[in-house]
Amino acid sequence: MSEEILFDCLHAEIVNYCLDSNKEHDLATLEYIGFTTGYRLIERLTREVSRFKDELETMKFICTDFWMLIYKKQVDNLRTNNHGMYVVQDKAFRFLTRISPGTKQLEHAPKFVAFTCGLVRGALSNLGINSTVTAEVQSIPACKFHIEVNRN
Amino acid sequence: MSRQASRLDAKKVNSEFLTLTYGALVTQMLRDFENAEDVNKQLERIGYNMGMRLIEDFLARTSAPRCLEMRETADRIQQAFRIYLNIQPTISNWSPASDEFSLVFDSNPLTEFVELPPDLTNLRYSAILSGCIRGALEMVQLEVQCWFVQDQLKGDNVTELRVKFVRRLEEVIPAGED
Repeated sequence: MSEEILFDCLHAEIVNYCLDSNKEHDLATLEYIGFTTGYRLIERLTREVSRFKDELETMKFICTDFWMLIYKKQVDNLRTNNHGMYVVQDKAFRFLTRISPGTKQLEHAPKFVAFTCGLVRGALSNLGINSTVTAEVQSIPACKFHIEVNRN
Repeated sequence: MSRQASRLDAKKVNSEFLTLTYGALVTQMLRDFENAEDVNKQLERIGYNMGMRLIEDFLARTSAPRCLEMRETADRIQQAFRIYLNIQPTISNWSPASDEFSLVFDSNPLTEFVELPPDLTNLRYSAILSGCIRGALEMVQLEVQCWFVQDQLKGDNVTELRVKFVRRLEEVIPAGED
């Protein structure tokens, strides 16, 4: 997959750019780049797809089709408490698979998942779901995304 | 669920994903910097860094031997565009000394959804491409200059990227260290 390496390189450069240009070293810019990308991308992806009947179906779309296209695999697990909390687990997350596993690298993990947090939030936002997305990395390359739907 | 997947063309989505992400990056840079020249520089630098990494993948993938003259190099660059961006630029306008040529693009996936507002005429939106070529060639000891002659975003019929051989780099300096 030749486009994959191209995107991986671009992603790495975006991460560097956002952290260099940002003195506070926060990941908001990176997340926002993901957000606008996700927001626009999902619009094109769902053009031919029939309307999702509920929130769960939307989440399933994100975890299967969307994930498959972007991360070349489906998520390994999707869990929900049926009250607007969803946990998406990917045991070999694309942007973490090139990092050597080990606790030493763990502190670098947040910058490789911030773009995706934004991407998912942006995609959901355009599908009418206002959410907060955070990521949790306990051991590279596995990653858990927590999606909290804001219902107010 | 698989019913839906079949309707989505993975190749097209990949390309659109790249295009949109790149667009988001350029937009962010325009917010971060006052003038377009600075953005051009940043994009060029990012391209340069990417080129340095992509050349390794390219060499591994194609097992291409060393180029002996610029015409071979031009062919390789053309091949790289086909592999990574799925577009085939035309090689033309060779200088008499065969040290300078143009890559002419009928279409550019990076600018697929882009329209430049009138106040950004000096933004080189696709500067990442010229940076990429420079970075990649520098890793194989070729110093080149690379610039845009025509750009579809600015109303030209085609996008034309000029590549000029500068010199062969003799000693290998560790890259990326300023």
